[in-house]
Amino acid sequence: MGKETVEVRDVPDPTILNSQDAIVRISSTAICGSDLHLYSGFVPTMKKGDVLGHEFMGEVVEVGPDVHRLRVGDRVVVPFPIACGACASCRQGLFSVCENSNPNAAIAEKLMGHSPAGVYGYSHMLGGYPGGQAQYARVPFADVGPLKIESDLPDEKVLFLSDILPTGYMGAEMCDITGGDVVAVWGAGPVGHFAMASALMLGAAKVVAIDRFDYRLAIARENLGVETLNYEQVDVLEALRDLTAGRGPDACIDAVGLEAHSPSAILQAYDRVKQVTRTEPDRPHALREAILACRNGGVVSVIGVYGGFVDKFPMGSVMNRSLTIRTGQCHVHRYMPRLLERIEAGDIDPTCVITHRMSLDDAPDGYLMFRDKLDDCNKVVLTP
Amino acid sequence: MHANSAVTVLRPIDEVYGFWRDFGNFPQFMQHVLEVKVYDDTRSHWRAAGPAGKTVEWDAIVTEERPDELIAWQSAEGADVANRGVVRFSPAPGDRGTEVRVEIEYTPPGGPLGTLVAKLFGEEPQQQVDDDLRRFKQVMEVGEVVRSEGTPDGAHTAGLLEQHPGQPLTEDEARNVRP
Ligand SMILES: NC(=O)c1ccc[n+]([C@@H]2O[C@H](COP(=O)([O-])OP(=O)(O)OC[C@H]3O[C@@H](n4cnc5c(N)ncnc54)[C@H](O)[C@@H]3O)[C@@H](O)[C@H]2O)c1
Ligand SMILES: [Zn+2]
Ligand SMILES: [Zn+2]
Repeated sequence: MGKETVEVRDVPDPTILNSQDAIVRISSTAICGSDLHLYSGFVPTMKKGDVLGHEFMGEVVEVGPDVHRLRVGDRVVVPFPIACGACASCRQGLFSVCENSNPNAAIAEKLMGHSPAGVYGYSHMLGGYPGGQAQYARVPFADVGPLKIESDLPDEKVLFLSDILPTGYMGAEMCDITGGDVVAVWGAGPVGHFAMASALMLGAAKVVAIDRFDYRLAIARENLGVETLNYEQVDVLEALRDLTAGRGPDACIDAVGLEAHSPSAILQAYDRVKQVTRTEPDRPHALREAILACRNGGVVSVIGVYGGFVDKFPMGSVMNRSLTIRTGQCHVHRYMPRLLERIEAGDIDPTCVITHRMSLDDAPDGYLMFRDKLDDCNKVVLTP
Repeated sequence: MHANSAVTVLRPIDEVYGFWRDFGNFPQFMQHVLEVKVYDDTRSHWRAAGPAGKTVEWDAIVTEERPDELIAWQSAEGADVANRGVVRFSPAPGDRGTEVRVEIEYTPPGGPLGTLVAKLFGEEPQQQVDDDLRRFKQVMEVGEVVRSEGTPDGAHTAGLLEQHPGQPLTEDEARNVRP
């Protein structure tokens, strides 16, 4: 892994390093929008030779001496944040800010004040853990994270419990949806899709999807019956005001993150130059728009990933209009069991976001297609 | 050289105090400490790893001790590295566990040994103490130091550049991991 290069390489098989580790033979793994931030070089502290991937599942092939709940042969989905289950944050269900799972916490503290949890395949600042776009992975705290799949649901139906389904769900849950709420979602990628599906499950009266790729908007429209806005064709703020008769959406979800694209050539150029010159690491177009669109007193829920700092942040709008901003890397562990039940009950079919199934050997092509949205690519699943 | 650091541990104060008071536990969480021999209630012998395979040794004396509150120590005469320190324990507010605050002072001797000691405790003794307390918290809360392939010996912030890449260790590398 280097900037804009992903290669398939042979590496050693992982070994147990901590007594609560399990080794998992991976049966399915996926590429995430978060991996694109690494790919584009926007996340510091990546090293050549780092194994990527944080969405994976498979079969337990070995367990450390202090693993009691999992056994060899169990089929498991692994949540992307690594969490110890024993610290104050984990005890409160804030798994993605586990206090013990990042051995490189001191590096993260320099950038962010305090450190979040370690994450598989997501830079040294977040632990230096190898990722799951591989044949095998070491899974720390095996009794805390992995969710056992005891039914015969195929991989594709449960794989996204590792990240994007719970992430979308948390994005909607943070909106505190009550009857009649209109929820607008920036980004109709897989994460945005699951945020929309979850907003509907949680009782939203109307959901609006915003993106510039018609094929992605079509997936949302056809599977979820949501309204769609192509921001290259309409003025989003105006369209949302129209749709809500002037109120603005009750909640706005940013499912885009730091590589947002802007229809305004000037803003796009401003942020792009600052990002390239490394004076502004993150490009917050969707976030700015979500804030401006939100109704007075509404919630802006941010699940798109930001790494560092943003410019031209409309704090005046947030403050004067009593907005609430809620955000976080997903506390996946918290949501896995209830979302597995939803899948088993048929309330949600996560497979509808998948457009590409490839061999792990073809991962470099998968990265390119997913980043450049080629061949109507929406979500890539890789099989080792 | 002076360093101080603090950490909150989600364990009862008597347990946290007791673990610290049992100096034989120190090699579990202090990067450089290889071995601690406890002679009696107040005296112990410490051996720590230095650069180039050298070790430094000293006897330590507990100078003050208040259960669940405080332990102060200082090295006895003849120490390779004179050092003294105090650790304070207090209940964290609400049900947040125990606050642990450490202050350490090293007096590096002059001459070549002084240089060696400066290296041993790193350019940043502060970072060293921070890392050690992070590892202490891990040992108390999860039972052992947490390892990644990038930092197989656990929290050790010095030198991101020297970190192992985030990929599995070879058999040789895995054998060399500090137990
Ligand atoms: N919070 C978490 O725990 C978590 C977990 C997984 C992913 N994420 C983040 O969620 C985001 C989306 O992930 P994904 O896998 O769906 O990625 P993706 O790249 O497939 O989707 C992003 C979508 O946003 C659209 N977009 C770009 N600029 C926009 C703008 N100004 N307005 C509206 N839409 C815009 C793109 O066209 C694209 O369709 C990423 O930032 C990812 O890092 C967060
Ligand atoms: Zn992800
Ligand atoms: Zn934890």
